[in-house]
Amino acid sequence: MSGAAALPDLPAWELRRLYHRRETSPGEVVRAVFERIDAQEPHLHAYLFRDREASLAEAARWDGAAGRDDAPPLAGIPVAVKDNICTRGWPTTCGSRMLAGFKPPYDATVITRLRRAGAIIVGKANLDEFAMGSSTENSAFGPTRNPWDPARVPGGTSGGPAAAVAAGEAALALGSDTGGSIRQPAAFCGVVGLKPTYGRVSRYGLVAFASSLDQIGPLARDVRDAALLLHVIAGRDPADSTSSDAEVVPYHDRLTGTIRGLRLGVVREFFAEGLDRGVGAAVRTAIETCRDLGAVCEEVSLPHASYALPAYYIVAPAEASSNLARYAGVHYGHRTAAAGDLETLYSRTRREGFGAEVKRRIMLGTYALSAGYYEAFYLRAQRVRALIRRDFEAAFARFDALLGPVTPTAAFRIGEKVDDPLQMYLSDVYTVPLNLAGIPGVSVPCGFTDGLPVGLQVIGRPFDEGTMLNVAYAFEQATPFHTMRPPPAHPAGGAAARGRSPRS
Amino acid sequence: MIDDSIVTRVARLSRLELSAEEIAQFRAQLGEILAYIQTLNTLNLDGAPPAAEARPAADVLRDDVVRPSLDQKDALANAPAVEDGYFVVPPVIAEE
Repeated sequence: MSGAAALPDLPAWELRRLYHRRETSPGEVVRAVFERIDAQEPHLHAYLFRDREASLAEAARWDGAAGRDDAPPLAGIPVAVKDNICTRGWPTTCGSRMLAGFKPPYDATVITRLRRAGAIIVGKANLDEFAMGSSTENSAFGPTRNPWDPARVPGGTSGGPAAAVAAGEAALALGSDTGGSIRQPAAFCGVVGLKPTYGRVSRYGLVAFASSLDQIGPLARDVRDAALLLHVIAGRDPADSTSSDAEVVPYHDRLTGTIRGLRLGVVREFFAEGLDRGVGAAVRTAIETCRDLGAVCEEVSLPHASYALPAYYIVAPAEASSNLARYAGVHYGHRTAAAGDLETLYSRTRREGFGAEVKRRIMLGTYALSAGYYEAFYLRAQRVRALIRRDFEAAFARFDALLGPVTPTAAFRIGEKVDDPLQMYLSDVYTVPLNLAGIPGVSVPCGFTDGLPVGLQVIGRPFDEGTMLNVAYAFEQATPFHTMRPPPAHPAGGAAARGRSPRS
Repeated sequence: MIDDSIVTRVARLSRLELSAEEIAQFRAQLGEILAYIQTLNTLNLDGAPPAAEARPAADVLRDDVVRPSLDQKDALANAPAVEDGYFVVPPVIAEE
């Protein structure tokens, strides 16, 4: 990292060091981040909500304490939070008209942990509605743009968090990953994105999409920062019975950068037809780099990998159709003005409140769970899920971690896939298998194709985020990609390019 | 495979009012997506038990201890219509 980098572009671990040396302060950093936000947001629209005064007041609270030896790990660090994670008293819209104006009466467990760690929450970041999509174009409040090319999508569904971190609008961000929603936007925006093992991080206060697949995780500008944030949010939570008591280690302190002798499996099926040439070339070069670092890289097969996406599009919509039944215009959220009876209240409220992709998934899931189709679709998909899990178990009997691309292509153009849901779904083909198996994966910047970032996916054993992060770290430290930042955005399309505010 | 009557039936089960345009659109799109999903039918699934969870799960129990919970005012704060501490909805049973 060059010594001349601006404060908003520094990783959190370096800000901590500067606080310690009294070379800067949380107040100065958060002000600089808001200046960056003012300059970039008209072009990017990464955020749906900010409260500058509240964030600055919070930062001022840490001005003296952030440099002390006993300061908590994220003291004075600006963090963006995906807008499907509940923040007490701050809007949490899920990118949906259904929840416009909704203010949760409680904090998600990850938010409680962020606050306890001293983080400054800068704002709520944009996403595809209810985290369904792959481009952030499904947000009811307008799309987010890719900082590397404003004509392109930032990926999704954590497109706001990924764009915010890439553009220096936050040092760190929290996203959620149900089928690739942290890793895919991280790859598209040239940042690090980590989906932890299912159960590693509490889902309490994450608005549920597909409960057996959802997991909260970090987005960061380098691997050390992602490790630091994972350490803060990981661990058992009595409020989420699926959260695990598996040991949490200080991942950021365990990064050695040494992978000599480690056995890395290169997933054969991820290099088959459909992989863009430029992406494939960057990922293959990355694998050579791991080999040069002394790792043993050999091909491995996940024979059922190609069945993961169709199985996912049964399991995820089925769970969504159940989870989203709660949006009915009664307890919170939108209610239609035009309903004389309860039945119409439900169905008209849902018609007005949900966008097309959410309706599509609810319909798909309801169909797959309905009488006569349950065994042919839902039960079959669950059996496929067992096969995919076995594939990974067999691979991890031979390898310490697995490698492959994150996405088949680099960031696509805004509007390119909005009318073709199936094409949109296919952009998650290499990320979805991990969610079905519940295992961790991280996207780390590994090069560019036509000026657009490419991600290397490192896949870990369940609850072995440590080894996975060390592989990513060793690769990162041997390459310059994590130090590259996008140029300041400029108007892509004038006023029409700007997103609408959810509050207007 | 997917016709208007199936779309209409699923929409009713989903409590989702659809326009005629949406019915036509979903008929085509759901048909295409379901055709893709049916690639699963080529798999031999003998010996693969259904897995509902991401990771093997065990029962997790906690002690039955009374703890503070959300108070009524906070719980109702986001409701579209409230009266005397209740959620208000239109009549459930239609008058004849």
